[in-house]
Amino acid sequence: MIKTAVSCALLFGFSQVKAGEWSGYVAAEYRGFTQSKLDAEQFDKSSLSLSFEPEFYHSWNGGDDSFTFVPFARWDEHDSQRSHVDIRELVWLHVAQDWELRVGIDKVFWGVTESQHLVDIINQTDLVENLDGEQKLGQAMLSLSLIKDWGVLDLYVLPGFRERTLPGKDGRFRSIPEVDDHTVYESGAKDKHMDYALRWGQTFDDWDVGISHFYGTSREPRIIPTVTPAGLRLVPYYDIINQTGLDVQATFDEWLWKVEVIHRSGQGETFNAFTGGFEYTFVGVMDTAADFGVIAEYLYDDRGTNAVTAFENDIFVGGRLAMNDAASSELLFGIISDVNNRTRFYNIEASRRFGDSWVLSLEGRFISAGSMGGPFSSIRKDDVIQLELARHF
Amino acid sequence: MKKLSILILILSSAFAYAQTPEEKGLEIAIEADKRDQGFADSSSKMTMTLKNANGDESIRKMRSKTLEVQGDGDKGLTIFDQPADIKGTAFLSFTHVLDADDQWLYLPALKRVKRISSKNKSGPFMGSEFAFEDLSSREVEKFSYLYLKDEAVDGEDAFVIEVRPNYKYSGYTRSVVWISKEKYQPLKIDYYDRKNSLLKTMTVSGYQQYLGQYWRPDVMVMANHQTKKETRLDFADYKFKMGLSERDFNKSSLKRAR
Repeated sequence: MIKTAVSCALLFGFSQVKAGEWSGYVAAEYRGFTQSKLDAEQFDKSSLSLSFEPEFYHSWNGGDDSFTFVPFARWDEHDSQRSHVDIRELVWLHVAQDWELRVGIDKVFWGVTESQHLVDIINQTDLVENLDGEQKLGQAMLSLSLIKDWGVLDLYVLPGFRERTLPGKDGRFRSIPEVDDHTVYESGAKDKHMDYALRWGQTFDDWDVGISHFYGTSREPRIIPTVTPAGLRLVPYYDIINQTGLDVQATFDEWLWKVEVIHRSGQGETFNAFTGGFEYTFVGVMDTAADFGVIAEYLYDDRGTNAVTAFENDIFVGGRLAMNDAASSELLFGIISDVNNRTRFYNIEASRRFGDSWVLSLEGRFISAGSMGGPFSSIRKDDVIQLELARHF
Repeated sequence: MKKLSILILILSSAFAYAQTPEEKGLEIAIEADKRDQGFADSSSKMTMTLKNANGDESIRKMRSKTLEVQGDGDKGLTIFDQPADIKGTAFLSFTHVLDADDQWLYLPALKRVKRISSKNKSGPFMGSEFAFEDLSSREVEKFSYLYLKDEAVDGEDAFVIEVRPNYKYSGYTRSVVWISKEKYQPLKIDYYDRKNSLLKTMTVSGYQQYLGQYWRPDVMVMANHQTKKETRLDFADYKFKMGLSERDFNKSSLKRAR
C-alpha cells in the first residue's frame, strides 16, 4: 500500500514537472521552379511561404490523462488555396491498464512501406502542403484501443469528413484545368457522413502484422470531367467505400521486408492494390558512422491505366543515408518509374540541424513525363527545388 | 612409482581447484549480474553533452525507462526531449541475450511507428560517442570473459577483465573493463575497434547506492581517441520499483510516450 502510494506520488511528481508545456516550430520556405508554368493562370519562377505549428501538451492524473492541441497555419505568397489553417490535433487521451480512449481531433498512421501509403486511410491528405502526401489534416474521432495478449485492436468512429486540399488556380502541382471546388458526394449526408474503421495489429517475433477495415467516405476523390455552361470542369467526387487493408513487415537483421495490400469496393470497379519490397541497410559504410539503406518497392493497382493513382505498375528504387552525426544529417532519394511508359518521378530530400534549434531541409522533385496525357502530364513543368529553414522550440 | 602417482594426485587436485582466468572472469561477471538483479524497473533522466575536437558542444536530453526481464535482455523505452526538432521521438527496444534485439522508433511528426533494423549495435547513439551497444543491457551470456589482473582506478580497487562480445554486429573485438571490487560495477572501459586498436575509453564516476543494493553512476564520459570527440552523459532522478509492466513497453505506449 505504502509502495503504491510512493510510486503514485513519484509518477504524479513526474507528470507535474511536465504539465502544460509548449513546443513546435516556425518555418520559412522557398520554392524555385526550374521551368515555365504550363497554364497562364499559374504563378511562375518562385514562391515564398511561412508556416507555424505550435503544440500544447498537458497531462494529469499521473499521466493517465492528457490533452494535446496542435494548430497549424501556412501563408503562401501566390497560391491562396495553400494559405490555410488547420487543427492537426485537439485531443483528450485517457490511458487505462489495457485500453486507451481518444476523443477529439487526432492523426493516425497505418502502414510500413516507403514509396506510398496504401493502407493509411484515417486522415485526409493535406496535399497543398507537399506533393508527397505525407502531411495530413486533423480528423475528428472517437477511438478506443484494446491492448490484449492477442494484439492491439483499434476501433474508430469518425464523424465528419475533410476534403482533400488541392492547389488553387494560381498554384503549381495541379491538374489543367484546375479541380473545381463544387465537390460532389455519393452520400446524401455529404461531409457529415459517419465513417467507421478498425485495425488489429500484432507482433510475432520478427513479424509485425496489421489488418484493417474502413467504411466511409473515400479520402481519395475521383476527378470527374463535367461539361458545364462555363465549359469543361473537373469535379472531385467522393464515393462511399469499403476498404480492407493488410500491412506486414518482417525484420531480419539488416533486411526489412514490407508489404501493403488493399481491397477497395464502392469506387467504380472493385479493385486491389499492392506495394511491397525491401530495405537493406549497410551499417557503418566505408568505416564511417553512417548508415546507408537501399530501398526497392513494386507498386501495383489492378485498375491499370484507369486507376485514379499514377502508380498502377511502377518500380520505386531509392536510398537513405543517415550520417549519424551531431547535426543528424540525412539524405533520402528515389525514383519511381512506370513500367509501361517512360514516366519517371525523381525525388530528393536532405536535412541537417544547425545549432540546437534550426533545421535546414532541401527537397527536389523532378518529373519526366514520358507521354502526353500520362498521369503526370499536367505537372510535367513543375520541377521544383524547395528550401526550408525551421526554428524549433 | 608410488611417489610419482602421489605427485600426479597433488598436481591434478591443484588443477581442479585453481581457477583459470576464463573461470575467474566469468565468476566476476556472474557476481556483478547477481548483485544487480531484482530492481524490477527503473527510470532516469539523461543529459548528453557532445563535444567535438574543436570543443563545440551540443546538448541532448532524454528520459529512459527500463523493465527488468528475467532470463532475457531488458526492455527499454527512451523518450527524447532535446534538441527541439526531435522532441517526442521515442525508442523502444526489447534486448535479447544473443538473438537480434527488437527495436521500434516513433516519429511524432508522421505519427509513425517504425520497426528498425537491429544491426545498428555499433552505430552512434544520437550522434554521440556512445554506441547503442554501450548503453544496452549487459547480460552475462552476451560476452566471454578473461580475468587479467587487479588494478586500482583512482584509488578504488578493481578487477581488470577482458570482455569479448558473443553477439553479431558488435563494433568491438574486445573491451577491457575495470570492475570495482566493492560495487561490482565498471569504473573504466577501454574499447578496441574491429582492427583491435584502442578506440574509446569510458570513465564512470559518482556511483550512488539505491534501495541499499543498486549502484548507479552520475556521470559517464566517453572519449574517442581516434576522433578526439567526447561525450559526457549525466544521469539524474533515478527511480526504481515504480510498478512498471510489459504494458508500459509496447507499440501503444511508444506512440503516447511523452
